[in-house]
Amino acid sequence: MSTALDARIPGGPIAEKWNRHKFEMKLVNPANKRKHTVLVVGSGLAGASAAASLAELGYQVKCFCFQDSPRRAHSIAAQGGINAAKNYQNDGDSIYRLFYDTVKGGDFRSREANVFRLAETSLNIIDQCVAQGVPFAREYGGLLANRSFGGAQVSRTFYARGQTGQQLLLGAYQALERQVGLGRLRMYPRTEMLDLVVIDGRARGIVVRDLVTGAVASHAADVVVLATGGYGNVFYLSTNAKGSNCTAIWRAYKRGAGFANPCYTQIHPTCIPQSGDHQSKLTLMSESLRNDGRVWVPKKKGDARPPNQIPEAERDYYLERKYPSFGNLSPRDIASRAAKEVCDEGRGVGPGGRGVYLDFADAIKRLGVETIRERYGNLFEMYERITAENPYTVPMRIYPAVHYTMGGLWVDYNLMSTVPGLHVAGEANFSDHGANRLGASALMQGLADGYFVIPYTVGDYIGSAKLERADESHPAFRDAERGVAERTARLLAIDGTRTVDSFHRELGKVMWDYCGMARNEKGLTYALGRIPEIRAEFWTNVDVPGSADELNQALEKAGRVADFLELGELICRDALERRESCGAHFREEYQTPDGEALRDDEHFAHVAVWQYRGEDRTPERLQEPLEFENVHLSQRSYK
Amino acid sequence: MKFILHVWRQAGPKAQGAFSVYEATGISGDMSFLEMMDVVNESLIEHGEQPVAFDHDCREGICGACGMMINGIAHGPMRATATCQLFMRHFEDGDTIYVEPWRARAFPVIKDLVVDRSAFDRVIAAGGYITAATGGARDANNILVAKTDADDAMDAAACIGCGACVAACPNGSASLFAGAKVTHLGVLPQGQAERRQRVLRMIAQMDEEGFGGCTWHGECHEACPKAISLDVISRMNADYLRALWAMRDEKQEQGAG
Ligand SMILES: Cc1cc2nc3c(=O)[nH]c(=O)nc-3n(C[C@H](O)[C@H](O)[C@H](O)COP(=O)(O)OP(=O)(O)OC[C@H]3O[C@@H](n4cnc5c(N)ncnc54)[C@H](O)[C@@H]3O)c2cc1C
Ligand code: FES
Repeated sequence: MSTALDARIPGGPIAEKWNRHKFEMKLVNPANKRKHTVLVVGSGLAGASAAASLAELGYQVKCFCFQDSPRRAHSIAAQGGINAAKNYQNDGDSIYRLFYDTVKGGDFRSREANVFRLAETSLNIIDQCVAQGVPFAREYGGLLANRSFGGAQVSRTFYARGQTGQQLLLGAYQALERQVGLGRLRMYPRTEMLDLVVIDGRARGIVVRDLVTGAVASHAADVVVLATGGYGNVFYLSTNAKGSNCTAIWRAYKRGAGFANPCYTQIHPTCIPQSGDHQSKLTLMSESLRNDGRVWVPKKKGDARPPNQIPEAERDYYLERKYPSFGNLSPRDIASRAAKEVCDEGRGVGPGGRGVYLDFADAIKRLGVETIRERYGNLFEMYERITAENPYTVPMRIYPAVHYTMGGLWVDYNLMSTVPGLHVAGEANFSDHGANRLGASALMQGLADGYFVIPYTVGDYIGSAKLERADESHPAFRDAERGVAERTARLLAIDGTRTVDSFHRELGKVMWDYCGMARNEKGLTYALGRIPEIRAEFWTNVDVPGSADELNQALEKAGRVADFLELGELICRDALERRESCGAHFREEYQTPDGEALRDDEHFAHVAVWQYRGEDRTPERLQEPLEFENVHLSQRSYK
Repeated sequence: MKFILHVWRQAGPKAQGAFSVYEATGISGDMSFLEMMDVVNESLIEHGEQPVAFDHDCREGICGACGMMINGIAHGPMRATATCQLFMRHFEDGDTIYVEPWRARAFPVIKDLVVDRSAFDRVIAAGGYITAATGGARDANNILVAKTDADDAMDAAACIGCGACVAACPNGSASLFAGAKVTHLGVLPQGQAERRQRVLRMIAQMDEEGFGGCTWHGECHEACPKAISLDVISRMNADYLRALWAMRDEKQEQGAG
């Protein structure tokens, strides 16, 4: 028996919950806002939008990021687009449909009330971004243009060429910098959060390291908002930026914040295949390409002919064949597994047979090269740069890669973690995508959280908690600072023989092989034995050069990899305990006769929330039961 | 492939820097320039030396974190390419390659190839935005933007803020960077209300940061990984003059009243 968590979902019909809740939440009077400090860790879409909006409201805001500028947060790399239920195309979209698609896309493992609010606020996001000057694509008449993304049959994705994340982030960044210019917000770039400070059961601040000088410092506050992104880099190779890490949420976990569904990690179907062991990251080719590209492999095993010499009749357009109604736009988890399956059968293409074709020949014939260039020019160029092949004439080769993490710190309806005063936004929380995120929904969620949810719920918390003043002189800050300094000193003192990267690669391979696209009990059990061994070797044999009081990138990496080595184990444990398949979590033991994910709603229609209990103890698995009152539990079908 | 690298090493902002020579071996043409640097760094660590510090993050040419002077050229020899998207197949086996940090008065070196570009953030904070506090925006389709304007705005907005333009400019000018923002926001209907103030404040801030003036060398455009057009500078200059005139008129009116 485990304790159930209360998500504090407001009452009333789903479509009224958020409005009603907004009215019921406590307000902080404008003159008092100035007296409250909010720390926002992260300057991606979620962090920058939250920090800017909170500063506009009048709170004292401090925002932190590890890059040299907030504009470089990983959100900048998002390519394809952002969803919103505007129904500008008159194709039958609505808030309800976006809600429905998201719950279904997440394979019935998300919280209905949150998803509905997400769909609702999606409308405001587009308005807000346009007001800021985000240059979304337009039709000739001047109206906004849309494209389609996987898992949807309507066209609701807004985009700015292949640089949607960049443009949305620059909008939020400019709003943030405006507040910096007005003196209402202080930005701390090149600063890494290394611990959370909890006093009397409430989050009251953080400890950070200045990455240039190495100085360790404390910041006290009334509320801490973590918006530190996802943890896909636990796999070493992923589409995430090199610096993306789990450190902030992992430290919060160790200070008591529950970690939800760590095993829900998304493998994106369309990435450039790995070319060798030297590779430092994988590059995504936006899902939007599946609007016009057709995915295929040869029907014959080991067919080594160049693609243009394989006649139509000998090609297997397997997505169109298996999922006729969604075809090339099937959701990510399904498209990724299908690619793995055909490659496992020996029908993969390119070096090592780990690749499938994404072919634009038909689209070019139908629409002309110019239209394709207009839609995807920069993606084609990026592809050619990396592979030295021209996708206008030779089909792209793609393969799935780790891309996004649906799991993250557990939050209630107010986006507050199990530690009061610690809010979590964006990819860092677990909230809205269930076991599989639909394309173009992460940007939507990050901005919904930051612009439209956090500013309200942070106020509600401040307004209802009678907070004593806390400042940096509290002994809890000294303790945390000491802990950070000691850990740094320990890493530097090991002076072993292996580089940090070599451990990271080793961990990544175990994760990918045993906890990647397909998982089973035997493999997970093996990984659960192997990861602690790698971790033990890390702590006795890693070589971290340099010192603590300077810019030391090897040291930064070492701290992050040390955390991944712990998180990796929790991911495997969660994957092992979830004895069903759902969305991106595919357990080979649980599948339908035709190889689709087989859920077990009776035993697993819940969020698994892991509670840390100390270094040598297995964490406790708590549950938040999920109820589906609006979208009825059914087997997902995209056929 | 094999390369001889002369890499700028500088322990800290005030330390004396110098080139160190390293051999990069076992490099494949499919490696990016940064992946080659990774190989060099791994071997430095294995030999008990400090790895070369350099900024990077996305490795997809979009975050703007990376940037090195490669044989004296910002981001190296390929046009419209950031360092992380430069692949070693574009070099000859055995080449000698010089690697240095951005060099500009407004971008002091922090360590090795890492420089402080925070001046760019301050230029944006001075005026590189549209004031639109969260909430209260009208329906997005109520603002019509001609497709050509949206395209022009997007062309300019593609700037990744890497600083190559400044590093490439003999005067250390940030005109391409600032012009890109002035143009992005200035061609959109939403950006009109603040158009004058924006350009005045951004230019004042650039001067304060120690960026030089633009004398039309055009090196910035050559170095820009997004090939931002020099037109953005003309546009900024035109906006600037217009804003100055408008201010003069306003002053005269006030004086007359
Ligand atoms: C290549 C790629 C393409 C994508 N394309 C799309 C798309 O088209 N549509 C879509 O909806 N989604 C897309 N996604 C997903 C989406 O981009 C991300 O989920 C989203 O941007 C995450 O935003 P965020 O604000 O939560 O975090 P991030 O943008 O990752 O920001 C994290 C922030 O936290 C800071 N940080 C992290 N740790 C610390 C620490 N310890 N101390 C201090 N600061 C810290 C970082 O400096 C950074 O500022 C894509 C993802 C990738 C990888
Ligand atoms: S690392 Fe992001 S642009 Fe090069």
